[in-house]
Amino acid sequence: MTFSPEFAERRFGYGLSPLNPPVASTAAMLAGITAADVQAENFPIEGFETFRNRMILATSKRKELKKARKAGAKDDVQRLTKERKVINRAARQDSRRWMLASMLRRAHTQQAFFERLVAFWGDHFSAQGKAGVLRRGTAPFIETVMRPHVGGRFADLLIAAVTHPLMVHYLDQERSMGPQSNRALKIGRKAGLNENLAREVIELHTLGVSGPYTQDDVRQLAELFTGMSFQVEHGFKFRKDFVEPGTETVLGKTYGPKPSIGVIHSVLEDLARHPATARHIAQKLAVHFVSDMPDPLLVAHLEAAYLENDGALMPVYAALLEHPAAWQETALNMRPADEFIGAAFRALGMTSGAVDGLVEKDIIDLFYKPMALMGQTYQKPDGPDGWPEEDNAWVTPQGIAARMEWAMQVPLRLMPELPDPRDFVVTALGALAPPEVVFAAGAAESRHEAIGLVLCAPAFQRR
Amino acid sequence: MTSLSRRRFLTRATLVGCSLAASPLLTPVSFAQAPWDTRLVVIILRGGMDGLDVVRPIGDPGFAALRHATLRDPGLDLDGFFQLHPALGGLMPMWQRGQLGFVHAVSTPYRDKRSHFDGQDLLEAGTSEDGVVARDGWLNRMLQQVPGVHADTAYAIGHSDMRLLNGAAPVANWAPDSDLRLSPQALRLAELVMESDPQMHAALAEAMSLSEGAQAAMMEGDASGRQTPHAEIAHYAADRLNKDARVAAFSLNGWDTHRGQANLLPRALKPLQETLLTLEKSMRPDAWQKTAVIAMTEFGRTARENGTRGTDHGTGGLMVMAGGAVRGGKVHGQWPGVTPDALYGGRDLMPTRDVRAHAAWIMRGLTGIDNATLERHVFPGLEMGADPQLLM
Repeated sequence: MTFSPEFAERRFGYGLSPLNPPVASTAAMLAGITAADVQAENFPIEGFETFRNRMILATSKRKELKKARKAGAKDDVQRLTKERKVINRAARQDSRRWMLASMLRRAHTQQAFFERLVAFWGDHFSAQGKAGVLRRGTAPFIETVMRPHVGGRFADLLIAAVTHPLMVHYLDQERSMGPQSNRALKIGRKAGLNENLAREVIELHTLGVSGPYTQDDVRQLAELFTGMSFQVEHGFKFRKDFVEPGTETVLGKTYGPKPSIGVIHSVLEDLARHPATARHIAQKLAVHFVSDMPDPLLVAHLEAAYLENDGALMPVYAALLEHPAAWQETALNMRPADEFIGAAFRALGMTSGAVDGLVEKDIIDLFYKPMALMGQTYQKPDGPDGWPEEDNAWVTPQGIAARMEWAMQVPLRLMPELPDPRDFVVTALGALAPPEVVFAAGAAESRHEAIGLVLCAPAFQRR
Repeated sequence: MTSLSRRRFLTRATLVGCSLAASPLLTPVSFAQAPWDTRLVVIILRGGMDGLDVVRPIGDPGFAALRHATLRDPGLDLDGFFQLHPALGGLMPMWQRGQLGFVHAVSTPYRDKRSHFDGQDLLEAGTSEDGVVARDGWLNRMLQQVPGVHADTAYAIGHSDMRLLNGAAPVANWAPDSDLRLSPQALRLAELVMESDPQMHAALAEAMSLSEGAQAAMMEGDASGRQTPHAEIAHYAADRLNKDARVAAFSLNGWDTHRGQANLLPRALKPLQETLLTLEKSMRPDAWQKTAVIAMTEFGRTARENGTRGTDHGTGGLMVMAGGAVRGGKVHGQWPGVTPDALYGGRDLMPTRDVRAHAAWIMRGLTGIDNATLERHVFPGLEMGADPQLLM
């Protein structure tokens, strides 16, 4: 099997679109990764640096509020409490719009493989804010960290993600101090190390849980990571006073003793270059794009491309697209919930006009709640390992029920003029539309049910 | 086995055939009576619960040196040696009635890597780390050992994938907030459209059948308005267990407390408390009397607090038991001590027994399955050892 335009959009993109012809070649798919990011301009999502201004504002309000409380200034407390709520609410409401923007990008893009890769890496480096405004920080984090680095080196992506304020916060790094650091010695017994980020960097982001590491490596890496912190006012900050003095040995290599962010970059470079990382990334890409049980030869091919090119990602993607196993049209993966909705947006040619008028409650009822029922609270996976890839996680009774409910009700709600279902089968599934789906689209009692049936078809839900 | 394949192996559990078997629409048998009359509820506590904080060995001379934040909020006395975390105070009456108990210093055979995801896979597969690799979960394998199990006997509830119930025995899988309000015609066509995909088709068939049951349950239920998601799950489980169901499993999250544990742990304990209280309240008294609830977690946490007033991933942990069938009012297990030389690897609570042995003895008591079957098929390679006498 080799490249086919319709299948390329299905497996490596968000399916077919009435607005764009399917991608012409694997070369065009690869070119789309490094071409200008058109959709980011068309459907903007705030970058993290802009987002941080919200955090600065929220922090200053919090401080003022504290002062006003202390001074017993009742009116000020009331006013500031209100202002603080407004800041939080704005971040929350805007983040709902960013979800819609992300779906619209999927609907309109001619660089669908790029969008899929952004989602893939955003999941690989899952991070969430745990309090205040930062709870809305995931989309800005993906915007700033993933999009610019998707076509670069894995090491750069890793460094950008791991040293990012959101990740530092999510995995509890910002208060982790070397037990013998100046700062810890000053604070006393309450201060010290936290292993969380170090463990997940090894286990999830680089070597993989089956990689050749020990608890000592985790511990040593946690010591090496001390100093990584962030301040709302300045962003990422390397704090020398948090750093554990002396050298650390991770996977047999010794780092330090001079504290610097450069040392942390070099351990991340080394972790990125490790053969276990090559295997882990190759496996993950093959599972995500091809099958829960990918052909070992495909994985080996990706692994080799990774190692030969020192972790440059473009050759790895090229290796994926050139391998025959990537084009086998059987054993298709189930689309995760957010991807299912993105694909529905794409097949329906959804415009921003269709969603512009939605208020927050609509967005929650039409998207957030249904996605949660499908098994995916949007951008809030239970842990730093992100969303499951296995079909079993998505093909559950309640998951399928939720997809059907959504497919039959929501497009109708958003588009007063639904397409003719008999045409829609072809728009959505192309020449490979199964006969029973063609039949169902014509036999349904109503147009919205017919559209829903097409979206529910295995040929649409799997890729 | 090669490096990455093991986890994948464990995660690819329920295959198409199993789901098909699970579909009541495709196996239109007349339901036999449930094979036994006791109830087993298994709760997976995802994230690694800190047993040392939940049931605190306050009488151990080593403990005070390890914990500062933990001891800020005093616990409730259990037996003079152990204290209960104050966030579980609402369970004290259950403890006093002898329907709440604990097993301390237990763990799965998983050691040293301390990954949540592997730890949970192993906990739910029920195998030992280097032993036989199972494609299915231990609770499903238990169901495979008895005749008369039907699609309504066991329920995996909620949005999370309950791997311990994956496997060849029929199992229902539902979240109480799911719904399926489509016209009969649309449903019929949906079945047609999904026919080519057995896995999706089976899920749809099960959804259709469960959706009816859930709506009926809701109509019968009290009109107390909205519930928290875990209370809703507990209520749904209770409703099923009051009827034909004999096994239910679901999970509670939020136990990964690397930082500021004194604030975070109560946020996970409250739902656990509410879940146990809801189960008790919503089950018929005679059914609750025959029920054993066991709550298990993938591993414990470090004995010492870390530098950010939390705890990192550790080894030995705690199993929670509730229900009329359990011998509560007691902290079971062999206490290893927490002085520095007693710790596992110098950092974790030393596990003194395999948590699977306790689960196996409880299953034996509830279902009558013999030790050899439990040791060979349900928990392959396990040695159950002496009866810990966890049941009444």
